[in-house]
Amino acid sequence: MTLSTTPELTEETRRSLLNTMVLIRTYEEAIRREYYADKMPAFDIGAGLVPGEMHLSAGQEPVAAGICAHLTADDALTATHRPHHVAIAKGVALRPMTAEIFGREDGFGHGRGGHMHLFDPSNHFSCSGIIAEGLPPALGQAFAFKRQGNNRVAVAVTGEGAANQGAFHESLNLSALWKLPVIFVVEDNDWGISVPRSESTSVTSNAVRAAAYGMPGVRVENNSVEAVYAAGGEAVARARSGGGPTLIEVHTLRLWGHFEGDAEGYRPELKSVPDHDPIPRYRDELLQAGWLSTEQFQAMQDRAVEQVEDAIQFAKASPAPNPSEHLNYVFSEGVNS
Amino acid sequence: MTTAPTSTNQSVTLPVEPEPGRRKLSTAKAMQEVISQRMTRDESVFVIGEDVGPYGGIFSSTTGLIDQFGPERVMDTPISETAFIGLGIGAAVEGMRPVVELMFADFFGVCMDQIYNHMAKIHFESGGNVKVPMVLMMATGGGYSDGAQHSQCLWGTFAHLPGMKVVVPSNPYDAKGLMAAAIDSDDPVVFMFHKGIMGLGWMAKNSRAIGAVPEEEYVVPIGKSRVAREGTDVTIVTLSLSVHHSLDVAEKLEADGISVEVIDLRSLVPLDRDAIVRSVTKTGRLIVVDEDYQSFGLSGEVIAVVAEHDASLLTSVSRVCVPDVPIPYARELESTVLPTPARIEAAVREAVSR
Ligand SMILES: Cc1ncc(C[n+]2csc(CCOP(=O)(O)OP(=O)(O)O)c2C)c(N)n1
Ligand SMILES: [Mg+2]
Repeated sequence: MTLSTTPELTEETRRSLLNTMVLIRTYEEAIRREYYADKMPAFDIGAGLVPGEMHLSAGQEPVAAGICAHLTADDALTATHRPHHVAIAKGVALRPMTAEIFGREDGFGHGRGGHMHLFDPSNHFSCSGIIAEGLPPALGQAFAFKRQGNNRVAVAVTGEGAANQGAFHESLNLSALWKLPVIFVVEDNDWGISVPRSESTSVTSNAVRAAAYGMPGVRVENNSVEAVYAAGGEAVARARSGGGPTLIEVHTLRLWGHFEGDAEGYRPELKSVPDHDPIPRYRDELLQAGWLSTEQFQAMQDRAVEQVEDAIQFAKASPAPNPSEHLNYVFSEGVNS
Repeated sequence: MTTAPTSTNQSVTLPVEPEPGRRKLSTAKAMQEVISQRMTRDESVFVIGEDVGPYGGIFSSTTGLIDQFGPERVMDTPISETAFIGLGIGAAVEGMRPVVELMFADFFGVCMDQIYNHMAKIHFESGGNVKVPMVLMMATGGGYSDGAQHSQCLWGTFAHLPGMKVVVPSNPYDAKGLMAAAIDSDDPVVFMFHKGIMGLGWMAKNSRAIGAVPEEEYVVPIGKSRVAREGTDVTIVTLSLSVHHSLDVAEKLEADGISVEVIDLRSLVPLDRDAIVRSVTKTGRLIVVDEDYQSFGLSGEVIAVVAEHDASLLTSVSRVCVPDVPIPYARELESTVLPTPARIEAAVREAVSR
């Protein structure tokens, strides 16, 4: 087996990358638990404390951890229908995020948005449930940063399925044309719901598409957090120094269904999927190299559980939105048509 | 040289609204059945869309079709709605009869130009020389906390734009017959099925989503409404899932001596204006129940139909719609904005008190 570690990183950075991944996984497992808790015995998508569609990111933690390690709260990030991992890695606060996922008053959107519509302006974080439609707004954030004369950057995260949408191609061209400080991150998890990338995409790597728009494109294989970290570092540095956009595609892994409740009958390799879980793999690499102790790992997990369960308790204790306020927030001035 | 199969449409005349019989199907199964029947006898019919193949459609509109007809005639597409809806248009222009699925009505934003500037206008612009016999089917509606981008009905938006028929079935029988008529139609038809009427195992159960459906092919003519329940005190004009709620309310209020007539529009375009006027002439009270946004849409149109005919018919008018706010995620808020049985009942009681 080839190590997915790269020589230049400090032990601390490595542990920090793992720590982020552990926090994300702990979070997704807890949301999954809560999602199913009151949908038994018969699954009803609209039932329970956490209703609606639920797209979890287990397996894709390396992308979030590796890219967001280079960002600060001042940088912008737009995410997709599968937003939790990047939100957490970006530093979005777990309490209001979780309360929003539970549809509560203390959520970011006072329960109006839900899991696909998390907006944390203090972190310049947002997401959208419409495929590829998070890309154009990231261009605008980058445009504003550039005009404001600071070196902040915008990251647009999207799936490999989204790379066949018009908005993707329009955004690549415009960002390169105007040299905007944008980093496009394509999470290639091999699937767009039930459609394998081989049946949706005419090229084997979306990185090659970058060339058509005059920007650098890289593809990271093996779902390696350190390789993502390296590619992300280069792209963010380029954007910050006025070098314009970069496209990074990461070959990652969708460990679970497209959404919860997805029986995945279309997915032949389902049984072997957990063998490719990036978290135990990276943990073992660090343990073997002596960069991580079992005690340190245990502490990471304990701390993650503590943070996540705190957020879930917070969400459950938060009140439901008041139905009499159902017309609020359509406009900033409190008017309705 | 092979040429694209063109439609054998004209050769078969299907029965119109036959007796339903005893066999029961869900709306999803009724749709699958009629698409399959039509594909069997007409090589020019094919199905494309996201996840319509092995997955069978996210809301089961195409389950089993790929096993029957193979990946040449039931094709998963990239997430490229402009490209594949446009492809449907082009294939239709050349004599095929595509059934194209847009997964959720809410996604029309990424592909509307193909729909309203092309699919809907080509026949007109060509002076009637170019036909676009295509079905664009899509899931609509909320009620299960899917948030503001996955819960909208939006049929009023499509119906507002001239050139496409807009069909909105409420039950398995109508879904089968309307789909047959839609595939048969030489015009583009937007076929909007509410997720709550499909009879899906993973959503809240709805007894009216399963009903008697004849096995043989038949049509329900597009543009003809149905009196879902006769009554004398108040007319509810409605469609889709709201028909179910309205019938539930009508049954309940019968015990209180309130007689409610429920009109299931079945299509917005064409709109069965005569049926609306006929019913209101009888009851004098009109309630429009519509899960679409309230302003600038179907509900105002229905009221205008009556007002233009004879405003003096109306002793009472009201509407139960989604107020002009995006569909909220939280259940407490969503159930406040949707046209629930409780809101419909309140509207009926209010109407008959006047
Ligand atoms: C415009 C649009 N079309 C279709 C969908 C339905 N949809 C939601 S997620 C998804 C698959 C996305 O695949 P990918 O971009 O690879 O992201 P992943 O789910 O794999 O993370 C689809 C088709 C949508 N939300 N928006
Ligand atoms: Mg994908």
